[in-house]
Amino acid sequence: MITLKVNGKSFRIKDDPDTPLLWVLRDSLGLTGTKYGCGISACGACTVHLDGQAVRSCVTPVSRAAGKRITTIEGLSRKGDHPVQKAWVKLEVAQCGYCQSGQIMAAAALLATNRNPTDADIDSAMSGNLCRCATYQRVRDAIKAAARTSGKEA
Amino acid sequence: METVINTGRRSFLRAGAAVGGGLVIEMVLPGAGRLAEAAAPAKAFEPNAFVRIGADNTVTVIAKHLEMGQGTYTGLATLVAEELDAAWSQVKVEGAPADAKRYNNLLWGPTQGTGGSSAIANSFEQMRKAGATARAMLVTAAAQQWKVKPESLSVAEGVVLHKTSGRKATFGALAGKAARVPVPTEVALKEPKDFIYIGRSFPRKDSKSKVNGTATFTQDVKLPGMLTAVVAHPPRFGAKVKSFDGAAARRVQGVKEVVEIPTGIAVLAKDFWSAKRGRDALKVEWDESAAFKLGTDAILSQFRDLAKTPGLFARKDGDAEKALTGAPRTLEAEFVFPYLAHAAMEPLNCVIRLSKDGCDVWNGEQFQTVDQANLARVLGLKPEQVKLHMLFAGGSFGRRANPQSDYLLETAHIVKAIGGRAAVKLVWTREDDMQAGYYRPLFHHTLRAGLDDKGNIAAWHHRLVGQSIMAGSPFESGMVKEGVDVTSVEGAANLPYAIPNLTVDLHSPPLPVPVQWWRSVGSTHTAFSTETFLDELAHAAGRDPVEYRRGLLAKHPRHLGVLDLAAAKANWDKPLPAGKPGERRGRGIAVHESFHSFVAEVAEVTVRNDGSFSVDRVVCAVDCGIAVNPDIIRAQMEGGIGFGLAAALHGEITLKEGRVEQSNFHDYPILRIDEMPRVEVHIVPSAAAPTGVGEPGVPPVAPAVANALFAATGKRIRRLPMRAQELKV
Repeated sequence: MITLKVNGKSFRIKDDPDTPLLWVLRDSLGLTGTKYGCGISACGACTVHLDGQAVRSCVTPVSRAAGKRITTIEGLSRKGDHPVQKAWVKLEVAQCGYCQSGQIMAAAALLATNRNPTDADIDSAMSGNLCRCATYQRVRDAIKAAARTSGKEA
Repeated sequence: METVINTGRRSFLRAGAAVGGGLVIEMVLPGAGRLAEAAAPAKAFEPNAFVRIGADNTVTVIAKHLEMGQGTYTGLATLVAEELDAAWSQVKVEGAPADAKRYNNLLWGPTQGTGGSSAIANSFEQMRKAGATARAMLVTAAAQQWKVKPESLSVAEGVVLHKTSGRKATFGALAGKAARVPVPTEVALKEPKDFIYIGRSFPRKDSKSKVNGTATFTQDVKLPGMLTAVVAHPPRFGAKVKSFDGAAARRVQGVKEVVEIPTGIAVLAKDFWSAKRGRDALKVEWDESAAFKLGTDAILSQFRDLAKTPGLFARKDGDAEKALTGAPRTLEAEFVFPYLAHAAMEPLNCVIRLSKDGCDVWNGEQFQTVDQANLARVLGLKPEQVKLHMLFAGGSFGRRANPQSDYLLETAHIVKAIGGRAAVKLVWTREDDMQAGYYRPLFHHTLRAGLDDKGNIAAWHHRLVGQSIMAGSPFESGMVKEGVDVTSVEGAANLPYAIPNLTVDLHSPPLPVPVQWWRSVGSTHTAFSTETFLDELAHAAGRDPVEYRRGLLAKHPRHLGVLDLAAAKANWDKPLPAGKPGERRGRGIAVHESFHSFVAEVAEVTVRNDGSFSVDRVVCAVDCGIAVNPDIIRAQMEGGIGFGLAAALHGEITLKEGRVEQSNFHDYPILRIDEMPRVEVHIVPSAAAPTGVGEPGVPPVAPAVANALFAATGKRIRRLPMRAQELKV
């Protein structure tokens, strides 16, 4: 039995300790906002935060997440109003939307440590998050827009 | 499970236990599919199959097309809202059930489906009429209630107003009464000058749910008792199961069943990870006696041999052979295009549950009634017993429009194999998605041209070799004409340039490698060969590539319009700023029509000495008729350019002795954020009927980049994906 702290709530789960966190979130806890895209940490659709850091949940054994603060897209903000989420809606970033939870979690983690990222910072933090619809131009613009609004609020 | 209560004129309320245990109430049209709505108000007003207005003032637009990212839910809702004069905030969208009678694609005949960039084009009048009909009925209802003439009423933002008396009512308040008003047979549509919604960028209807994790994809469906299935597919196309040992798989915790199906062995478990581990433990021996065992090199060599012989004519103007023989100058080029995987971010999947009166299917898919008919056949049902619950698709790019309904039928076979005991969610892993087939076909092109002594094109001969997508599909009779699959030669056979002697011919060798349309279909290869070869001819003639094209497009004003707009916005007449030392820069252009939309793109590149390069900027001009939602058009051009670039820079599926060599994003890379150019989109103002935007942004980017690379390096790229080593100093 492993205890997980997800989005501020505690869960006791029976999954095998080697099970990737992604499948525990999706299949055991019903938090389906985090997506499966590749299973080998090559696309970023499964990005969540472990103690505030962006990780690929598809290759993170659930045992490694025990005792850590896990945040998924469902818990990033109470009303979907994190500055990154707001910028994403304002700039109409999403097309199919499947990768966007991962994009948003990666962007939020970037902005938490770098309040004014350059293009190079964005490339480096986001180049592991694939988007087959190629919404990248708007991803970049939305991160910058979110940086501006977060700056104002801070 | 249902209690049926007759609520009157056209609809029935049906209550039952919901999937999640709560109560749902469904609106059901007699003899038709299910239009699910949580707690639908009893007095919902449904003037037609596309609009429902609840007493709660919600306007629900029923979308007959799949939302896979292209923005169709927003576009269809815009058309309804425009003629209904609804408030944008009261409009919601839900997916239609499968029903060829009400929801067919008007450009496809009796088939419901989404593809060929046709959603807005075929719905433009239909959805506006749906909105206008509802509006007329609401106005009649208000006029009756207030005892005034309908002409004295106006409608705006979801409110019917009698200006003289100041009386007003919301759609919701009028819905019950409007439901009893006769449906008008004729309704007037607005003049374009009166458009409020069309031509302005109202927010997408799916944005919010796609940023907070609540948007539902097939991957996210969970039903009580549902099992997740992962399938071991054969390692080669045409191989079959010889024998299997499921004992070890069954011992994996959580695994419930191991069953043989026509496409392999399915492992069913309580969740994905258990099913995946079960599949890993499975032992399967394959019968590969009839399997396809050639590699892509061998296929290409066969295609090259075929290219030496005449194919079936797709177009023949004048006498190209004679003109080539007589031309003072001839050029020839060979082009090779690889197999490509769609590789949508959501790997293929499907959920099916058998019920006592048929089956329920949860999926985001493009071919609703084709899939419905195929599923009915496999499950021994009538098509109308197959109820489709339409969900978002996490991308598709053509893949979820499979003429054989491959992955849906795989799910049906699994459900059948377990006797329908549980609902089944089939999940393809990324590896399955990449290796189990259906690719953009490999193509070989040969182009030959003859220039006269003034540098004008006297002859053009284009020969294509590649598998037919339409052969063997339900569309073969309409799409294969005298042996020529029109999708193999689209973009080549309709070359717009004024050339007196022009021949296009085609070989369509059948091969067991499964092929399918891939975002922009034939134009994925024809735009590249024609637009880079034309660029080559312009340079050979010593002429500017834009000016050269202009001279050949006099009879094609819409091609010319986008060409001129893109060139002007890219400052084509001014030199491109030079690069840093050790960098060569270049600019190239391409123009192409696909799906009745016209797109020109100018690409700017920087090439380093080692041959590596970046695409810095793409300026795009598009003419798609009336721009229903300009921001979505821009988004589709941006995304189409990124999608096309992924293929130009990286995309290649290869076979070695029949086995697909790529398996995941590490060896089939798609575009990354650091490779995305700055894209500028300019829309040509137009009063023409709207055409599609999902695909037409794709074709011009690869040739524009190749032409830019030539401008920078003097080297021609004729094989995709582009290889940096070919551009080394």
